[in-house]
Amino acid sequence: MKVLVAVKRVVDANVKVRVKADKTGVELANIKMAMNPFCEIAVEEAVRLKEKGKATEIVAVSMGPQSCQETIRTALAMGADRGVHVKTDAELQPLAVAKMLKAIVEAEKPGLVILGKQAIDNDCNQTGQMLAGLLGWPQGTFASKIDIGDGKIDVTREIDGGLETVSLKAPALVTTDLRLNEPRYASLPNIMKAKKKPIEEKTPEALGVDVTPRLKTLKVEEPPKRKGGVKVASIQELVDKLKAEAGVIQ
Amino acid sequence: MSALVLAEHDNNAIRSATLNTISAAAKVDADVHVLVAGKGCDGAAKAAAQIPGVKKVLKADDARYDHQLAEPVAALLATVGKNYAAILAPADTFGKNVLPRAAALLDVAQISDIIAVVSSDTFVRPIYAGNAMATVQSGDKIKVITVRTTGFPAAATTGGSATIEALAAAADPGVSNFVKQELSKSERPELTSAKVIVSGGRGMQSGDNFKKVLEPLADVLGAAVGASRAAVDSGFVPNDFQVGQTGKIVAPELYIAVGISGAIQHLAGMKDSKVIVAINKDEEAPIFQVADFGIVGDLFKLVPELEAELKRRAAK
Ligand SMILES: Cc1cc2nc3c(=O)[nH]c(=O)nc-3n(C[C@H](O)[C@H](O)[C@H](O)COP(=O)(O)OP(=O)(O)OC[C@H]3O[C@@H](n4cnc5c(N)ncnc54)[C@H](O)[C@@H]3O)c2cc1C
Ligand SMILES: Nc1ncnc2c1ncn2[C@@H]1O[C@H](COP(=O)(O)O)[C@@H](O)[C@H]1O
Repeated sequence: MKVLVAVKRVVDANVKVRVKADKTGVELANIKMAMNPFCEIAVEEAVRLKEKGKATEIVAVSMGPQSCQETIRTALAMGADRGVHVKTDAELQPLAVAKMLKAIVEAEKPGLVILGKQAIDNDCNQTGQMLAGLLGWPQGTFASKIDIGDGKIDVTREIDGGLETVSLKAPALVTTDLRLNEPRYASLPNIMKAKKKPIEEKTPEALGVDVTPRLKTLKVEEPPKRKGGVKVASIQELVDKLKAEAGVIQ
Repeated sequence: MSALVLAEHDNNAIRSATLNTISAAAKVDADVHVLVAGKGCDGAAKAAAQIPGVKKVLKADDARYDHQLAEPVAALLATVGKNYAAILAPADTFGKNVLPRAAALLDVAQISDIIAVVSSDTFVRPIYAGNAMATVQSGDKIKVITVRTTGFPAAATTGGSATIEALAAAADPGVSNFVKQELSKSERPELTSAKVIVSGGRGMQSGDNFKKVLEPLADVLGAAVGASRAAVDSGFVPNDFQVGQTGKIVAPELYIAVGISGAIQHLAGMKDSKVIVAINKDEEAPIFQVADFGIVGDLFKLVPELEAELKRRAAK
């Protein structure tokens, strides 16, 4: 079974972004970028499936500017076999990404597609569900466990009340939650090897997808700031303040 | 045109997140309809009809909507949703699962996790773990929206009298089956609607300490118990306790963070709480930058002390 993973390049999770003075977006110049953490989990899961003999080949896809190739290289160093880069400097929104992924899935015919549940830059949490809908495939979102069976894939999902298990008819789409696995660090030899693995380049036009944004960002602003609070010296003082000043306890 | 809210329910009652979603829907379009899809969901449909402001309830009662799997419910929304100006659902694991799929079937964008409605096509949503607020305008004919429940008040549950209309089931893709649910049982209030939350982090050291140290404090306060990702990943508490960018978004009257450092991803889920208290032994912990009241010290001493002090005052 071929597995396809989609990996997004995003601002590193440890960076606290700043809003640009002109309110058009956030400051991205000279900021550390990385693979979206949920996509790392997707790649890790695919590599484990290959190690267990359940997956035969792993294709890592990323869409965006030239620098996305670094993110694909990271996936290749973790164990993916080859990459596909859809190169564009255009702003990409989830529906457009899902449509382009659909075109690639139709060409590659994987048995399983794994995406992150959420990109930590736009926090959309949409692309996997959209892709599954466009393909008419079943979806196992927010997965914390994947079981590959005969013609079916069982997925344990993290839901608000606890856990839910669904059984999906293959081919299927899964989006990863944090507790699916812990991604490995690529070893130096594997990083070297990854340099020789192939990355195929495509364009939105070649895939026949109109990527024109459906949503227009009118402005981006700082969130309201919390005013700095006080430190209290004792539990007595804390309870006094909660009662008298804050009024949150009787 | 009207706005359609996809109800989250257990066939008998409407979940509270739907009430906040209805308030958001009313700001997008005054004519609010609610879709209840389930099996044996008459009770939920009747409950929805009593919510003031709801004009019509669409009831799709069919075996295929049992467990409200994304594939059949999105297919239904793609059919009934065509005639609406907006389709909304709560931005919780239910809405996030179904709505983007429906949006794709309708060939429109989704606007995720809105916290404010500026006009019928313009919305405010947090990005980058809440470190920025984006105002976005949709050019699509149908606005498909998930709603951050903490951004909108809950609609009332009585006083309305909407008509209930039975809907024929839509085609079922038939590609997925429900296997089981393992739900955490608790006598405590639900995390996302609790007035008070006591949350523990890695500093709690064990699940046992959650029980012995944190829960008694939660008992005195009638509070829900939450956790940081570190506490969940370490297996102290189940995943559904997680508060944060990728867990639950909460905004109680009082949030007490115990042994939690205050990483941006955690703050993203709780910094809209009315009053924040932090208990941490590290005076440099970033949680103190958002806490209204911070106390530096060992939680294993301070939490029992707080519990005892609250009890003592309550007894007076
Ligand atoms: C993609 C992504 C998504 C994430 N999503 C979330 C999310 O949704 N929610 C979330 O919470 N995190 C999330 N995280 C993780 C986040 O970055 C932090 O790692 C996590 O919040 C840390 O949890 P913590 O504060 O409990 O642990 P730590 O950072 O280890 O802090 C423990 C704190 O306990 C204090 N402490 C220890 N012992 C005591 C004691 N005896 N008395 C008093 N204080 C004590 C310490 O001083 C320290 O400040 C995410 C990370 C990534 C990369
Ligand atoms: N530009 C992109 N390139 C590759 N994968 C993407 C891209 N955008 C989104 N994805 C995938 O979709 C997931 C969810 O993203 P989102 O719906 O934007 O939160 C990510 O974790 C990726 O797996």
